[in-house]
Amino acid sequence: MGDWLTPMEISALGLSLRVSFWATVVSLPLGVAVAWLLARKRFWGHGLLNGLVYLPLILPPVVTGYVLLIVFGRQGLVGAFLDQTFGLVFAFRWTGAALAAGVMAFPLMVRAIRLAIEAVDPRLEQAAGTLGASPVWVFVTVTLPLILPGILAGAVLCFAKAMGEFGATITFVSNIPGETQTLPSAIYTALQVPGGGPQVVRLVLISTAIAMIAIALAEWLSRRVARRIAGRSGGAGA
Amino acid sequence: MLSVKLTHQLPGFTLDVDFTAPAGVTALFGRSGAGKSTTVHAIGGLLRPDSAQITLDGRVLTDTAARVHLPPYRRQIATVFQDGRLFPHLSVRQNLSYGRWFAKLQGPDDLPRVARMLDITALLDRGIHGLSGGERQRVALGRALLSGPQLLLMDEPLAALDEARKAEILPYLERLRDAGGVPVLYVSHALDEVARLANTIVILDAGRVVRVGGAADLLSDPDLASYFGQRQAGAILHARVTSHQADGLTELATSAGSVWLPRIAALPGAEVRLRVPAQDVILSRSRPDGLSALNILPATVTRVSGDEGFGVLVQLQVGTDLILARVTQRSAVALDLQPGTACFAIVKSVAVAQADSGIGA
Repeated sequence: MGDWLTPMEISALGLSLRVSFWATVVSLPLGVAVAWLLARKRFWGHGLLNGLVYLPLILPPVVTGYVLLIVFGRQGLVGAFLDQTFGLVFAFRWTGAALAAGVMAFPLMVRAIRLAIEAVDPRLEQAAGTLGASPVWVFVTVTLPLILPGILAGAVLCFAKAMGEFGATITFVSNIPGETQTLPSAIYTALQVPGGGPQVVRLVLISTAIAMIAIALAEWLSRRVARRIAGRSGGAGA
Repeated sequence: MLSVKLTHQLPGFTLDVDFTAPAGVTALFGRSGAGKSTTVHAIGGLLRPDSAQITLDGRVLTDTAARVHLPPYRRQIATVFQDGRLFPHLSVRQNLSYGRWFAKLQGPDDLPRVARMLDITALLDRGIHGLSGGERQRVALGRALLSGPQLLLMDEPLAALDEARKAEILPYLERLRDAGGVPVLYVSHALDEVARLANTIVILDAGRVVRVGGAADLLSDPDLASYFGQRQAGAILHARVTSHQADGLTELATSAGSVWLPRIAALPGAEVRLRVPAQDVILSRSRPDGLSALNILPATVTRVSGDEGFGVLVQLQVGTDLILARVTQRSAVALDLQPGTACFAIVKSVAVAQADSGIGA
């Protein structure tokens, strides 16, 4: 690959993939939990949580990035605490890019999973309860398998959104080559340089190729899951 | 034994019931809106009643005074729902064995035996989507049985099925009852199911228990006919199959003499319950002669109960059984029907309500 990609391109591509991977992996369990709370529980603050989750979708990304900077920056309330306690720093690090991407993609992920949970018949969960399954086991043995396609869709959406995240990322962690310069940031940098046209085209092609591969992968995965569920429930059994 | 004492306030309706259900099949009978569903939901733990004391074999399930309310999964009560509620992502076998793991059951797996009893062995490795309505309810029944329950709640399990599917399931429920294992609380508003299956009947009306008693006693009580439905009212005659005869009839012996039915499936020697609708019984003061009806039994009037509009219900002692006959007010006067009057009951139609476990064998 080194023959036809420059070190800068490899670095930006690798960083984008790493950021998106971690953004998806870390937010997935949280996304399932929040989606379940919003879909199945009525509690004080339900509306507030709902609003908070969807806020990044509506706010200008630069505002989200600014809020992240205030809260998770080195001087920020949470940022300082994480730095001192766990040595975990977000500001101007790739971890911060992953955090920004995760926050921006969270509403999309929660929405996909929540729709899947709402489609599960609560009477099935009730039936599992009468057969001796505690609420946790009902979730693991009935709800989770039934919402698997939704979880997968949510993860794919999250990954795709994280790959394209730009505004909040550049506001929160800037645009440092090798540390926080993801593909969109690299395209932005190339656009600022006079005569950067060919570089822009190369980066755009790389982005497009990644997007196509991601879509193909998602299709293949969802078809596999659908076939597995259909195979168990609709198979002839012969 | 299940003991239920509960009150619960619903919009425009107060449920206040108190009954105990012995071993065997207890039918919770009443029209829609009588409070049957609320009662079973409270027993199963799916509903938290305002005030209740519910115990099963001495185990306290709900005691609002002591703030005890076990969640459904700790009650060891399995429910067969009207809509089956099979798990769509699991095969028939996986559905059946779902409850076993949670019950921490020891010993050999009962699955093959239960699958044989319900005739679903051939379906075990299938998914549930291709199953017919009747097959689904059999799997649901098997799934409930295999979770090792102390009580089986059946919440109108046949209400969603057509007559043919009902007829397909009922023999399996009879087998289950005759196997005499787990006690069953069977919720229904269909008298034919109740007459066929129940050992004990609890009549529920407008949120209250009207009567609790043995199925044969309650079904032959003219005062309860309004709860069973005037047109459906009818009692049970116990009989034993004597022989199948060449002309297509089956002879059965009752305690008051022989009756003949178009050939039935049960084998000679089998005990059957015959359901005798009150409006299909004709009374005669003298032994009728030259009548096409075959089934004429000597009877003694035990009670006469007038109910306006529907004529008079006459309770008759026939051998050791009690049956009902519906006659008009005018006939009751003309025949001078009084308790103690000897007469003959001409039974126009009889149906096998319930057979022993020989069915399907």
